[in-house]
Order: sequence, then structure tokens, then C-alpha cells
Amino acid sequence: MIALKNIGILAFSLLILNSCKTENLRLSEIEGKRIAIDENQQADAEVEEFIQPYREHLNKTLDSTLAYNPRSMNKSEGELNTALGNMMADIVMQQANPILKSRTGKEIDMVLLNKGGIRSGLDKGEVNARSAYGLMPFENEIVIAELSGDKILEMLEYLERAKTAHPVSGIQIEMNRDFKITSATIQGGEIDPERTYFVATSDYLQQGGDNMNFFQNPVALYNVDYKLRNAIIDYFQKTDTIKAERDNRFIRKN
Amino acid sequence: MKRRNFIQQTTAATAFISLGGLSSLAMAPAYKKHITILHTNDVHSHIDPFGPDDARNPNMGGVARRATLIEKIRKENPNTLLLDAGDIFQGTPYFNFYGGELEFKLMSKMKYDASTIGNHDFDNGIEGLYAQLPHAEFDFISSNYDFSNTIMDGHTQPFKVFKKNGVKIGIFGLGVELDGLVTKKLYKETQYLDPVEIAQDMSRKLKKEQKCDLVICLSHLGYEYQHDKVSDIKLARATENIDLIIGGHTHTFLEKPTVETNRAGKKVLVNQVGCYGLYLGRIDFFLDSKNNIEANGVKIAV
Repeated sequence: MIALKNIGILAFSLLILNSCKTENLRLSEIEGKRIAIDENQQADAEVEEFIQPYREHLNKTLDSTLAYNPRSMNKSEGELNTALGNMMADIVMQQANPILKSRTGKEIDMVLLNKGGIRSGLDKGEVNARSAYGLMPFENEIVIAELSGDKILEMLEYLERAKTAHPVSGIQIEMNRDFKITSATIQGGEIDPERTYFVATSDYLQQGGDNMNFFQNPVALYNVDYKLRNAIIDYFQKTDTIKAERDNRFIRKN
Repeated sequence: MKRRNFIQQTTAATAFISLGGLSSLAMAPAYKKHITILHTNDVHSHIDPFGPDDARNPNMGGVARRATLIEKIRKENPNTLLLDAGDIFQGTPYFNFYGGELEFKLMSKMKYDASTIGNHDFDNGIEGLYAQLPHAEFDFISSNYDFSNTIMDGHTQPFKVFKKNGVKIGIFGLGVELDGLVTKKLYKETQYLDPVEIAQDMSRKLKKEQKCDLVICLSHLGYEYQHDKVSDIKLARATENIDLIIGGHTHTFLEKPTVETNRAGKKVLVNQVGCYGLYLGRIDFFLDSKNNIEANGVKIAV
């Protein structure tokens, strides 16, 4: 890929020429290009050897089994809720709620994530940290937004427009065949426009990702300093066999 | 055509020198000094090459391969600088596991001369960046982040002048606005200063006061935007004394450098090589004691 020019010889000659003092050096020519780093470049053995112990440790940790998944899951196997999405939203509820409670005395009412944020499926078989990196390669953190009842209604309107299986937990939503909400309850109760709700999500979505603008300017925002991926890894670690199901938390009735 | 021209010229010159008239040539005014600039950006912790099954970049990248290539070019021309335009961190589990230690150690092994700081280099907080500094045997050049009220105070330089074969190369660095891009609790009291103003000041200082022959801006501003945001292209047009802008942030894959015209009507090169260490950028500068090629004085073969 590199144009072969006798630059070595040229450089040598410059070394000799260097002995005379130059004044007013001026740019006369510029050549620019890019060189692909591909199989045509042989790996430097010393660098490779240096990386090896880091790579081994990393792979060993990433590949050690944390849990068992009895059934392959992906984010597209249901219209408005999926086993995989439900698992993700339930993990956030389960893992983040104790932290919020111990820090503030408050409890998470519901969770909302986005379907696009699930970056892979989860294959049947042994589950490890690498699976968690696949599901959530980004560094997003769990945050809890305290939203007014009005903002919750805006959120429901958003879900009517989105018509997609954004993962939820703690809320139960029924839509009619035209994707209009016919009933919605949070923690089993009717939505009260006069009160506030603690909604856990990712910092990405809270900051307006996926146009979830109802998350902006919340009554209050709570950090739990907990990455979504770490919550997934911690959940896998304490789980023997994953039991995730599609259910009726978010459905459409004909 | 221009490029072919140039290669022929080089070959001819080489042949001439090797034939012997060294003493008579030594003081000839038209000889050339050759400086090679190699650069990467947005490598994002990509240490290993992409696998053969990768959908987008199969068998591309890999630090060990890059090391071989850099070494080869250094052997061709010892007057080489190796630079990075930021976002060294974040993108593979190597970063999550080792916090950037391996990235810095490998860049040191490859003898990087300098890097600027990208937004993702704050991903483990400003303390996380600071903690890895002992592993970096190269300089961090940042001219528009004011770190004075942070732990990074005194650990970056606003500019640096390198001297290679008698050629003075001045380098300064620009970072992207952090507000809205990085959580404040990560970058803390880092103050972002206007890149165009800083660039004007730095490049003037490097060219006029430090008498640099070449002025290079390491930028993590981004190549170009649809909206108002300051970019490498805007910077090139709005300033006066920059010869080359090595960019990053927008993961822009340029096959060759873009040639822009600056405020004084002179040519500026802007380059960026995408991301993940898939490509190495290479810019060769040839300097003369006499400037007699083309109207603008610089022949650009890109």
C-alpha cells in the first residue's frame, strides 16, 4: 500500500545536507494519503506479546459463565413486549431500586427503556459478561427521573406514537387496535395527574435520546452511579437460570 | 498526474545524489527536507483487529499491525512525528477492564509524540484520565481546555515545538465543547475556551514568535457539521497560520486530506482517518530553502 520511493536514500542525503545552515525553510510540496491497517500488515511480535496477558485475563473474565439461559431471545419476538425487553426492564427495577431506596428513601415506580438500546439477542446456553456487553455495549447509566403526572401522560402519548416494544416494568398498558391506550396503571394504581412518579431509565434517554422529551426538566433527577451493563452483569451473577417471559404488561387488544 | 510528477522528481534527485556530486550539491538551494506526519484518531480502545466475520470492518485494524507499519515508515524517514487526535478511550472491554492503561502503554511503545484530548477520554472522569497519565510517555497537548481548577492542571501543554532535521514543527491542540456531550460530573471544572480565538493566537505564536516552519493543529472538534457548530473546516477557513489540521470526533473517513483556503488565502490541509485504528494517516512535507513551485508556492499532491 505504501508507494515505494527511495526515501531511505533521500533521507540519508538530507543528513549530509543538514550540515549547512538553512534559513527561511519554506514548504514546497505536500503529499497526503491514508494507509489501510489490514492483513497486509504483519503484526509486530513484541507488541502482540505485550497485549497477550491483558487479552487472556479479559477473555477469561468475559467468558466465565454467570447464568444459564434456557431459551434464545431477541428484541423483535413480540409486538409491544418481549421476553428480552421485559428481562432488561425488570433488571433495572430489581437492581437499582435498593440503591435509590437506601440513598433517598424513595422507590422506583416504573422503568422505561428503549427497544433500540437492546443491542443484541441472548442465545440459549451459558450466559457470561460478554453477553452483557453485547446487550449493552454503551456506558449508559441508570437514572431515576421524578416526573409529574402530566409528564407521565405525555409518555403514554409517546408510546402510542412509537407503537413499539419499548421495555417497561412497573406499568401495565393496554391499547386498542389503533394503538390508543385504553388503560394504564402504575404499581396497580390509576395514574394520578396530581402526584409525581419515580421513573428509572438510562441517562441517554433522560437527556432526550429517542425523542423521549417528556424526561426533560423532571421535578428531580436521581443518580444511582450504576451502569446499565453492570446491573445486567450483577443480575446474571446472582441468577442461576434466567426466567424471562413475554407477558401482558404492554399489549394491544383487537 | 501531479503525484507521478513528484515521484519521478524524487527518483531523479536520488539517482543524482547517489551518483556522486554530493559536495557540489550540499549547498544547492533547491534541496528538500522531508518531514513525515503519521496520525490516528478515535481509536476507541480498539487493540485487537476486527474478526473475519465483522459486518463492517472484517480483518481491519489492530495495534500490533499498526506498530509494524509505523516502524517501517520510521525506517524510511526518521524525521517522522506520530500524533493522535483524541478519543483514545472507550469502545471495547479493554477500556472497561483496564481503564485506558493498555491504550497508553501501547501508544508509548509505538512512540507516539503527542495526542490531544477527546470527549471520551473523560469517560472515567477527569480522575480516570489523570490516573492513567503515568502510563503515557507522550505529551497531551490541549490549548482550549483550561484545566486550572482540576486535577489535570499542569499535566497538559498548550503547545509543543518539535525539531526534526532542523525543521521546527509547532503543534497545538483543540478539544470539543464538553457541555451537552459529557456529563459535568465527569469533566468537572474543565473550562472550554473558544477554539477559533485560541487557534489564531496559538498559530500566530508558533509561526511568528517560535518561528515554526510547520504549524499543526490536533483537533477533536469534528470535520464538518450541517449546523453552526465549529468544525475543522470552519477552523481552517477562519484562521491564518495553520498548515495542517489533524481531526477527529466525527469518525470521518477521508481517503485523502481536504485542501481548504485560509483567511489569508493560503492552503490548509484537513485530514481525518475515520476511527478504530482502521487506517493510518500519512502526510509528507517537503521543505525548501527556496520557494519556487507554482503560484501559491506549495505543490499539493493528494
